[in-house]
Amino acid sequence: MVDTMPMTGTATDVVLRAKDCDMYYGSLKAVRDVSIDIPKNKITAFIGPSGCGKSTVLRCFNRLNDLIESFRLKGQMTYHGQDLYASDVDPVEVRRRIGILFQKPNPFPKSIYDNIAYGPRISGFKGDMDELVETSLRRAVLWDEVKDKLPESGFSLSGGQQQRLCIARTIAVQPEVLLMDEPCSALDPISTLKIEELMKELVQNYTIIIVTHNMEQATRVADYTGFYNAQVVEGAGGKVGYLAEFGETQKIFNDPTLEETKDYVTGRFG
Amino acid sequence: MGFALFILLLLVAIGLLILTQAWPAMQEFGLSFLWTSSWNPVEGRESFGVLPIIYGTLVSAAIALLIAVPLGLGTALFLSENFIPLKIRTVLVFMVELLAAIPSVVYGLWGIFVLIPALRWFFDLFGIFFTGPSMLAASLVLSIMILPIITAISRDSLAALPPELRQGSYGLGATRWGTIFRVLVPAAISGIVGGVMLALGRAMGETMAVTMLIGNANTISLSLLDPSNTIASLLANQFAEARGIQVAALMYAAFVLVILTLIVNILADWIVRKLQAKY
Ligand SMILES: Nc1ncnc2c1ncn2[C@@H]1O[C@H](COP(=O)(O)OP(=O)(O)O)[C@@H](O)[C@H]1O
Ligand SMILES: [Mg+2]
Repeated sequence: MVDTMPMTGTATDVVLRAKDCDMYYGSLKAVRDVSIDIPKNKITAFIGPSGCGKSTVLRCFNRLNDLIESFRLKGQMTYHGQDLYASDVDPVEVRRRIGILFQKPNPFPKSIYDNIAYGPRISGFKGDMDELVETSLRRAVLWDEVKDKLPESGFSLSGGQQQRLCIARTIAVQPEVLLMDEPCSALDPISTLKIEELMKELVQNYTIIIVTHNMEQATRVADYTGFYNAQVVEGAGGKVGYLAEFGETQKIFNDPTLEETKDYVTGRFG
Repeated sequence: MGFALFILLLLVAIGLLILTQAWPAMQEFGLSFLWTSSWNPVEGRESFGVLPIIYGTLVSAAIALLIAVPLGLGTALFLSENFIPLKIRTVLVFMVELLAAIPSVVYGLWGIFVLIPALRWFFDLFGIFFTGPSMLAASLVLSIMILPIITAISRDSLAALPPELRQGSYGLGATRWGTIFRVLVPAAISGIVGGVMLALGRAMGETMAVTMLIGNANTISLSLLDPSNTIASLLANQFAEARGIQVAALMYAAFVLVILTLIVNILADWIVRKLQAKY
């Protein structure tokens, strides 16, 4: 797993890859034809109007959609070249390597300390828990704010702090990839900036995918951006999402290939 | 507000009624009523004490809880998580709720005609003599009667948990059982305890089915196969024919039941608060 080769030139490792993926909820086809390569140690943003499947694609990457009974995936998703949905792959193990963060901060009804320790404990961590809790909180730039109240409930923190607690909790499991589904949309501007700073810090060690509705945020943090759109179709649901365009953030925002991308990033959408 | 006041007045009125009626017995027997074991209404030789009946009330309720809590919580988990398809779950939830709608007397009859013969057959296998009406029979039926309360309230509090909690736990690589026991149950614990306490109150006050099954013997016996009695059942049995000091003694017993129930409720409230403060 350790990459000993120095990163030279333009060749970047692909951590996650989707190839010709269609996603269904029951008989509803929610997303079609997604093919994308997620580069290592980069931030990739997913943008696009609501309901075009960004969250669905994101949750596929760590098999969280398995929890939805009606969900089905057609196509192939790989993690370092290995089929994520192969029958011998344990989804629990996948989720330990590929962590996820949600829109609403969702600390457990436990102490700050236990929120962080939860993941390591269930995965059988044997080392020094205090130390792990501290490093995780430090990495999430939350340590100084909470070090004196670790036994207090996670709910006693502000929204922004709760979200950083959730980041720390995810980091504590030592994943390789962080999936973030609109992590800042419930936060105030200052907390948002803090999280963005944190993402830039974390990306040195992690691969990050972030879904965001905030286009400035995408331009601020993302190296690559994928624009999703939806298309009206006949039948139930009425529309199906697809990945319209994917490339370097610079290019997507300044010189997109497609007219629809241009309309969206310049705000002339819909 | 007016309605709340009305409820309060009603409660006070009931309390006062019980107290005035019980007053002669309270004067006559004092607190020793609580630890006296004889219940003798024969005129001229009256002596009344509720120790065996308090024992019967508490023990039957405790056994019922011991059976119904794991069963009810298990059912609630089974019905709130996606172990089985939603359609079947909906039907099962409905059936559990139906259990709560069965009249008490039907439970009593079921106990007499189904449960007791079944128990007798079972104990016969081991050569143990089983009379029938007993602490065991009453407690078993009680446990079935309080099962829907525990199940329904636990299920509601589990279902009311935000889905983010579940996803957060799975997202960290937790298994289903890890998620259930380390996140979901602790998060819903105050609701679950509340349901259990409500069930306990119901078990302590249940009258008809218990009267039909417990054997109404005012003695303390450690064997669950022996007949026993509860306060509610004693009242139901004797009230119609009681006169004089016996009425007062029964009212005194009713007062004890009210106090016991009150203690249970205060205790429940305290536990729920304590648990809520912790999370
Ligand atoms: N759990 C679900 N069950 C059924 N349909 C869903 C579910 N989640 C999302 N969908 C549908 O899939 C489509 C894409 O949704 P989503 O991935 O949440 O879009 P986005 O994150 O881009 O707003 C929508 O039409 C939505 O209604
Ligand atoms: Mg979404």
